[in-house]
Amino acid sequence: MLDIQHVTKVFFPGTVNEKIALSDINLHINEGDVVSVIGSNGSGKSTLFNMIAGTFPVTAGTIMLDGEDVTHKSEYKRAFGIGRIFQDPTKGTSANMSIQDNMLLSLKKGMRGIGFSLNNERRELFRSLLEPIGLQDRLEDNVGLLSGGQRQALTLIMACMSKPKLLLLDEHTAALDPGNARIVMDMTEKIIQEEHYTALMITHNMQFAIEFGNRLVMMDEGRIILEAEGDEKRSLTVSDLVRRFKEIRNKDFASDEELLTEGD
Amino acid sequence: MIEGIFVEGLIFAVMAMGILISYRILDIADLTCDGSLATGAAVAAMCITSGWGVPMSLIMAFLAGVLCGLVTAAIHNHLHLPGLLAGILTMTMLYSVNLRILGNKANVPLVRVDTMYTWFRSTFDFMPSAVASLMGTLVIVVVLKVLFDLFFRCDLGVAIGALGGNEQVVISLGMNPSVLKYIALGLSNGLIALSGGMLAQYQGFADANLGQGMVVQGLAAIMIGEFLFRTNRISLITLRVILGSIIYKALMFLGRRYGYLVGITPNDFKLLTGLLVIISLIVASTRTKAAENRARREAVKKVMGGVDNA
Repeated sequence: MLDIQHVTKVFFPGTVNEKIALSDINLHINEGDVVSVIGSNGSGKSTLFNMIAGTFPVTAGTIMLDGEDVTHKSEYKRAFGIGRIFQDPTKGTSANMSIQDNMLLSLKKGMRGIGFSLNNERRELFRSLLEPIGLQDRLEDNVGLLSGGQRQALTLIMACMSKPKLLLLDEHTAALDPGNARIVMDMTEKIIQEEHYTALMITHNMQFAIEFGNRLVMMDEGRIILEAEGDEKRSLTVSDLVRRFKEIRNKDFASDEELLTEGD
Repeated sequence: MIEGIFVEGLIFAVMAMGILISYRILDIADLTCDGSLATGAAVAAMCITSGWGVPMSLIMAFLAGVLCGLVTAAIHNHLHLPGLLAGILTMTMLYSVNLRILGNKANVPLVRVDTMYTWFRSTFDFMPSAVASLMGTLVIVVVLKVLFDLFFRCDLGVAIGALGGNEQVVISLGMNPSVLKYIALGLSNGLIALSGGMLAQYQGFADANLGQGMVVQGLAAIMIGEFLFRTNRISLITLRVILGSIIYKALMFLGRRYGYLVGITPNDFKLLTGLLVIISLIVASTRTKAAENRARREAVKKVMGGVDNA
């Protein structure tokens, strides 16, 4: 499904600011895998997502998506197979447009023509999709009027409308308050389960990471330092993760402990 | 006299609709306008003096404007220059181009030739000539407005709207934002140049300096319009732009006519237009903040079960 081979990313190469964000990452993800990615700030989680989505080019390595080499494809072309949700709720929707226009655009990927595809049938579809988050009567309201939680829930629905092959969830509940984060997280799990999506989710929350999905990847300083799946993952606890992290990195963990929260 | 204000306002509204695309819909401050308006005027004037006829003059003005917009979009897309700087570059270059189009003259009069307005007067000869000019202009502007509304309600138009609000959304949807910018800036400057073509025929000459300060005047018109009513429907937004343009022209008329009473001369108009924009911005931002706060609180109450976390 997704095959990442020897992917390396160096920012500002050859300058004093040179930073190795990813070094020789290898990761293979099968169809239907749901992977949670954890790691402290600056460990390369978001860079990894940017490499997969094509926001910046890789310095070296190849990325295969669904059997196709996408390493040198631009972001908008890769987007045909990828649904990405950002931490920032304002990134996934267009604030100055109505909910129905936003959803209309999400129906399919690719360039648009001069046709008019908004009709009553579509509106019905949108209403039914919006029902679970209680927005079914607000199709004509601007998205900018919604709260962060509502916008992120809408983004999730929109990202799944075109049935992407891969979902990239980039700490998509981190900017929300606990109540809304829970709502969006429950929706995420439900959608992934029902539609059997292949998904990667970055989180700071180790408890979430253990509960969510069938695989777990821990990153540090641009490397994958721990992988667990199946029974091994299910039996993990937060203290296990912390202990394993200390063992592998053999360094003072104090500063990182503040960045990784142990649950709700 | 009063008809004159309306005709000027309507012609001006066509330009303001062009600026609406770049400034409001695409969210790029595109200064190409100052050049492309004069390009439109120059092209239309030369078409008419060469005997190509009125319809052709307007079509060519529009196409010339589209070209100007494409140049700005190309600079912006491929050299990754900010839209503002790309527009200034094109605008500056256009000044020379416009003089070339006008045959190295700064001013080409349209006398003793058939223009759009002589044609209106002869077609609607049963009404006074000023009213005939107004009717003709009104028909053109209404047609343009309807086409404009239709375009921005179609899938492509909605995508352009999304680009202005959030470029990432458009990329995530698998669309190339550069292509959308070409289309939008092309259309924007096409409309602006068309307005220039109409203006040249109305005032009876094309001038290389015609476009000076037009962006700011267009912005003033758009902002005046936005005070009239709140809406997110494109048909009402364009209506607002047209009304704002007419009001702006009326204000300028009053300034010319009665300004001397308070010591205002036409030399002060650019300053006053700028101040008008600044005041509009201040009032609008205060109003938007208050309204958004209210609306958001209501939305949260209605949907997320009354948890207001602000």
